[in-house]
Amino acid sequence: MSTFASSRETTEGTIYSVTGGDWDQVASEIGSAKEERVVVNMGPQHPSTHGVLRLMLELEGETITELRCGIGYLHTGIEKNTEFRTWTQGVTFVTRMDYLSPLFNETTYCLGVEKLLGITNDVPERASVIRVMMMELNRISSHMVALGTGALELGAITPMFFAFREREKVLDVFEKVSGLRMNMAYIRPGGVSQDLPEGTVSGIRELIKDLRKNFKDNAKLLIGNSIWIKRTKGVGYLDLAGCITLGVTGPVLRSTGMPWDLRKTQPYCGYENYDFDVITADTCDVYGRFLIRMQELEQSLRIIEQCCDKLDKLEAAPVMVADKKIAWPAQLSLGGDGLGNSLDHIRQIMGTSMEALIHHFKIVTEGFRVPAGQVYTPVESPRGELGAHLVSDGGTRPYRVHFRAPSFSNLQSTSAMCEGSLIADVVAAVASIDPVMGDVDR
Amino acid sequence: MSEQKGSFGIQGTGDTSGYGGLVRSSFSPTSAQKPYGSYFDEVTDELERAFPEFNDAIEKVVVDRGELTLHIKRQRLFDVAKTLRDTETLRFEVCLGVSGVHYPEDSQRELHAVYELLSMTHNRRMRLEVSTPESDPHIPSLVEVWAGTNWHEREAYDMFGIIFDGHPALTRILMPDDWPGHPQRKDYPLGGIAVEYVGATIPSPDNRRSYR
Repeated sequence: MSTFASSRETTEGTIYSVTGGDWDQVASEIGSAKEERVVVNMGPQHPSTHGVLRLMLELEGETITELRCGIGYLHTGIEKNTEFRTWTQGVTFVTRMDYLSPLFNETTYCLGVEKLLGITNDVPERASVIRVMMMELNRISSHMVALGTGALELGAITPMFFAFREREKVLDVFEKVSGLRMNMAYIRPGGVSQDLPEGTVSGIRELIKDLRKNFKDNAKLLIGNSIWIKRTKGVGYLDLAGCITLGVTGPVLRSTGMPWDLRKTQPYCGYENYDFDVITADTCDVYGRFLIRMQELEQSLRIIEQCCDKLDKLEAAPVMVADKKIAWPAQLSLGGDGLGNSLDHIRQIMGTSMEALIHHFKIVTEGFRVPAGQVYTPVESPRGELGAHLVSDGGTRPYRVHFRAPSFSNLQSTSAMCEGSLIADVVAAVASIDPVMGDVDR
Repeated sequence: MSEQKGSFGIQGTGDTSGYGGLVRSSFSPTSAQKPYGSYFDEVTDELERAFPEFNDAIEKVVVDRGELTLHIKRQRLFDVAKTLRDTETLRFEVCLGVSGVHYPEDSQRELHAVYELLSMTHNRRMRLEVSTPESDPHIPSLVEVWAGTNWHEREAYDMFGIIFDGHPALTRILMPDDWPGHPQRKDYPLGGIAVEYVGATIPSPDNRRSYR
């Protein structure tokens, strides 16, 4: 074992660094070794590890006897950074954590800031409806990635193309509404940064028709595929007791038959006013989790339809709290050089009102003060319970921001799901948890 | 409030406008008086019934913004947690995680660990808060009660240096194993770390050339 893999002696035994392309030779040499135990390092740059997840597998033959996760490769210190910026600027940081569902990060953070400020009931209804609509669109785009890449990792390439086609259409809506496809910082403490541009609601109605038809076709690609079914059924088993003790939430928990969805059990943003079903499965496996995601797409479409009806009735209603001491002066307009501060607003603060200029300057640079205290605000993200633990000391900057990330908690269950199964099933199990490493490492 | 330094050249309170006269004071929530309202009375009464040393274990009960927080002496944390999980009328079967908070001014109670609990059975939430001095940062581990706190306790150890006694493998989880210090403490600067490459080192933002 010298020509193809460099080796070094450690207290644990000989360590071989294999770089690929030589598996047959390695396998035959290992077969003749005295010790049966093999430790394989999967990732952090393995294509099926959803970014930079490192899995340390201890194997006996092809069976996993022990699995450990190595995380932290995407740690960016977002929680620390927010302590040095204003409460409003915090949105720009937290949106980058779970980059597949940024609007959920923003919403849970803003709900927390609003609760600290005591203005939860002052948030205009139109803003809440827009938040719900954007979140459900985001749930679709996030589930599309989960389903598409999940299938891709099991060898089915076609579903991924179609999933990303649908996701692209949803991202187009985000771009139209917020100017950005990802990390929009669209939801702000007190409401949303700006109202929907003209024609958005009718555009979304068209999109729903389109998506509803395509979702059915896409589902057939997977449910009608016997290889996909064989790779997912009975794989990555985790029952209700396991989920509860490990704090696992979201589709993984619902795949055990537990109808726990915060949108129903502890509604926020007015979810109690929408008509939708909580999807469950009783298989406790990868198959059930993917099936739940497929059916949740339809429920999200139902909610978005109801949002469109509500938005029609709330035409021209405010989208930000009336209190100018909190509302960010985000009067934006589209000019010849792109989206920027509205010229009317600039003309007003620069030309006519000194006080308005001072106010604009102070709220943008210094921010608003938030009364001291701590809150925890949870929302149901596509991955499970996403919660923000915010502590204020009464200043204009957060004292502590901590996110209870669903990917972080759910990823802990990988060992319970995989130990005793085959290596190939690890890929399916991890895909069914749908971890986003930005959310895990923050 | 102590000064936070090292944020890309911002010194002092970080009040970038310079006009706010920003002075922040330490905050310590006051104990709530009964009745607490909502389901909080029921939870505390049931806990008192199931855990007779309630008054000894609970330092204070805080009800703020519709949320219940029990401040618990660290020696009693494990027993209280187990009672909260196992008593049928309480049944907080899920622990959502551990969040550390560092209050350098809170003498002898500098490090706090905050546990968010959820009862799916009764559809309730509550919070446990435990404090420990920086000089002796030990808190009993709750991995035996809620296995899911395993990684969360590792994170709190990594970021705040809180040592959870009885944790099966308390190692760093997000930072590299050989990292010095605990980044989320208030006296740990933001930035301030040079970036090392093979053959070159880029100084941290506050150590680069300044034109002021």
